[in-house]
Amino acid sequence: VCFIPGGLDCSISFVSHVLGKVCVQGGQKEILSVLVPRLTDLTKSDCIWQRICWRLVECVPDRWMEAVVLGFVQRAPGADVLSRLLGNLVVKNKKAQFVVTQKMLLLQYGHTTAVLQNLLGYLSLDSLRRAFLIKVLQELLETWGSSSAVKHSPPEQQHYISKAILICLSHLKEPEIESCRQELLTSMMEGVKCHLDSSLPQIRRLGMIVAESISSKINTDGPVLKFQYEEDDETRELKSFLMQPLPSCVVPSLPDDDRNEKADAALPLVLKSNEKSHAAAPVMPDEESDVELDSDDDLIPYDMSEDRELKTKTPLYIRDCIEVLTSGEDVDKWEAAVKALESLIRKNPAATREVSVELAKILLHLEEKTCIEGFVELRQRAQVAVLTTDPIPVAKYLTSQFYSLNYSLRQRMDILDVLVLAAQELSCPKSHEKTKQSGAQKPCIQLLPKSDSSEDWKRIVDERIKSKTRRFATGQSQAELASSPNEFNSVAGHFFFPLIQHFDRPLTTFDLLGEDHFVLGRLVHALAILMYLAINTVAVTAMGKALLEFVWALRFHTDSYVRQGLLSCVSSILHSVPTERLLEDVTEELLETLSWLGDVVEKDPDGDCRRLALQNLLLMENLKKKLQTVPS
Amino acid sequence: MALPPPDPQFVLRGTGAAVHTLHFSCRGGESDVPILFSGSENGFIHVWNLKTHRVDTALDGHGRKSVYCVETMDGKDRLLSQGRDQRICLWDLAEGRTSVMDSVFTENVGFCRCSLLKVAEGRWLMAVAAKALEEVQVLELPSKTSVCTLKPEVGAKLGMPMCLKLWQLNCSSQPLLLAGYEDGSVVLWNLTMGKALSQLVCHQEPVMSLDFDSAKAKGISGSSEKVLSIWSLNEQQNLQVYKTHSLVNAGISDIAIRPDKKIFATAGWDHRIRIFGWKKLKPLAVLDYHTATVHSVSFSDHKNPSERLLAAGSKDHRISIWSIYTQT
Repeated sequence: VCFIPGGLDCSISFVSHVLGKVCVQGGQKEILSVLVPRLTDLTKSDCIWQRICWRLVECVPDRWMEAVVLGFVQRAPGADVLSRLLGNLVVKNKKAQFVVTQKMLLLQYGHTTAVLQNLLGYLSLDSLRRAFLIKVLQELLETWGSSSAVKHSPPEQQHYISKAILICLSHLKEPEIESCRQELLTSMMEGVKCHLDSSLPQIRRLGMIVAESISSKINTDGPVLKFQYEEDDETRELKSFLMQPLPSCVVPSLPDDDRNEKADAALPLVLKSNEKSHAAAPVMPDEESDVELDSDDDLIPYDMSEDRELKTKTPLYIRDCIEVLTSGEDVDKWEAAVKALESLIRKNPAATREVSVELAKILLHLEEKTCIEGFVELRQRAQVAVLTTDPIPVAKYLTSQFYSLNYSLRQRMDILDVLVLAAQELSCPKSHEKTKQSGAQKPCIQLLPKSDSSEDWKRIVDERIKSKTRRFATGQSQAELASSPNEFNSVAGHFFFPLIQHFDRPLTTFDLLGEDHFVLGRLVHALAILMYLAINTVAVTAMGKALLEFVWALRFHTDSYVRQGLLSCVSSILHSVPTERLLEDVTEELLETLSWLGDVVEKDPDGDCRRLALQNLLLMENLKKKLQTVPS
Repeated sequence: MALPPPDPQFVLRGTGAAVHTLHFSCRGGESDVPILFSGSENGFIHVWNLKTHRVDTALDGHGRKSVYCVETMDGKDRLLSQGRDQRICLWDLAEGRTSVMDSVFTENVGFCRCSLLKVAEGRWLMAVAAKALEEVQVLELPSKTSVCTLKPEVGAKLGMPMCLKLWQLNCSSQPLLLAGYEDGSVVLWNLTMGKALSQLVCHQEPVMSLDFDSAKAKGISGSSEKVLSIWSLNEQQNLQVYKTHSLVNAGISDIAIRPDKKIFATAGWDHRIRIFGWKKLKPLAVLDYHTATVHSVSFSDHKNPSERLLAAGSKDHRISIWSIYTQT
């Protein structure tokens, strides 16, 4: 019932028109920054003003409704204020409904958290609007769970959608959850699958957090889903959205203990109480025993100097180690062999060369028999040692095994890691400290594979750009190191070409271009590093050419981790292949790559890819400039 | 200048399997041969003739399952053996017979050695780990009637009983039981009331073996860790820790106090036998002969002190016999 007197009625629609026109033409900020606070105050307790406000927004013509609603949602200081200002606009007006429930959530993703909370809080505050809340949640979950969305939408959008889902969940009440429990469960299962398939760790984490939250909401009494991931600010922030927002706060800022309590309650804690009665304090031996003369004192002890700790002897020869590792009966000896292997290999290069391929084979198949600390690292170091001692045959063996049947993905990735680490060791000067600083190293032990090579690459490419611009001024600061021949020179080709050879030939258990795109990503990154390390080697031009062709073949791959790797490859090529050779032998490929890079910068959905492509373009610019300055 | 440790007097070979338990029977008269009984992992009980150092008889009564306890009842003609086939067999070995007279089915699949105590002529008490996890059952032999079942209180979480020792101060007093459990504690039980009198946590790891000197009311227990724990029993029947001794290598499988209470021996997982003085726990000797963990040590019961022997049975299938500190 609108009892606003007739005169006011006309003026309200006029005001609505003005408001709408101004908002559409871009004056949203100015007009709403004045209007909204004023209206907030007026509508706080006054019913009439509330009604006026509702009338105001309802009368805005449809073509301007979006701008107005958007402005209000963005500007309102809280969900309850928004509720007072807009009333049941979403129920009455189709356009407003579209904007609020579809456009702002699914089609746009630039809004801040506060805006999201306003919007979803607004939907939850009135019983008429709650139906929209559930509908919104279902649509969000559908998007979240669709595998194509996970693969193709930018990470920022996925983060936004996850946030929205968590806030929605926090607003839902028990009976509503009950009613849509089954759907929540199905969408959660599908969504988790797509997310965990992704190669990017942040997508996986988002998936895990949302799945955990949904599971904790639908199974309040039973065991809940719990994933293992690293906690950091982002995850904590996301988890905090799951809390019920306090109605009085404008922007809910939740104290830490609330969050912790809820998180603890969700986890099934199994506490084992090991209560043991403590031993009584030892009673002092009676003094009488000292006084008592006893024939015990007459017993003369024998010589006990031989009584020492029992230690298993470490094997001293490599062939002994091989025997112990293959027979594997005596576990103590096996452990000692595993620990001693790397140093033995390094100390006896001649002996190692005799048995290098056999040793590499044993190490590749070596599985953890007992619980040794750092087993994975020990094995990897031994493998690297074998590879650096006898590069050519062992590299041949390892690269051939990479494409063989019946290896696990973990083993194939181990092969790549070992090749990269060994290449690094061979190419760097003998001081091993430099190996750590070069930044091209991948983390040694990767239980949950990470793709932080992309950050490393950013650093490397940045350094390259910097160093290229300094080249004529101060020269490379690294030139002060004692130079020694680059041992990687003679073997670079052996490491590189076999890896690139068979990537398009699928085997029954291993399909690089198909399901195993994660290994493809790692392969591409490994090739980039090998390329980088091959600077100043004889084979570098041939490698560069082959790598560019490889990149060209895969440039439209759907997995963003692979694309990042491909762009790193391009950086390495630009870095390592001497400019003259690039321009003489590789010209057409370079031009094609240039146009592809331009494309990536503009259209690629992944932010990291775009950044890498931009850096590559900069590098190419530098190349051009350098050529122009050098007198021909 | 300390002497190097002695070598074994002789070594018995021929069991063909790891030796788990040993028991001497040397109290017979002049015509009787001193005997050593040994139980092995292949289920055989070998009767060793200590004069000829050869096996006189091999008893097969446990279905080739490991024998982990042998005891004599009244001399070498009555033998009790306990095996992993969940049975305790009573043998009649008089006059060359080798038959199982009787057997008790314990339904216990653990490794806890039973303990025998003679309470009257022809009557023994035997404490054995029962079918239920934490319980110890005391039976009267040869009637096989149950005297009591010792159950720890609910929530005590003692674990399996690992080793048992029945004892009584003298012939007329109450028999008591000392039991070492999986959680490292030793409990003193009163059999007539079936109640625990005292409990003491001696170790962090399971108690592997214990022995008790009833005259001095002092006992010793060994575990899988590096510590030997000596505890005493005061007038109120309370157990208290008296002393601890740290070893070089962890793991004790058996402890035996010599009948004259002068020394005791420990069998170690580090293949060594250690001898200590009982009075003050003075380390006396480390006997390093075996090449695998020593499962059992036992002192002989010779009437003549100079003939006393120490036997050690090990996983390397050998039994070493030592003559050490026999002059006292």
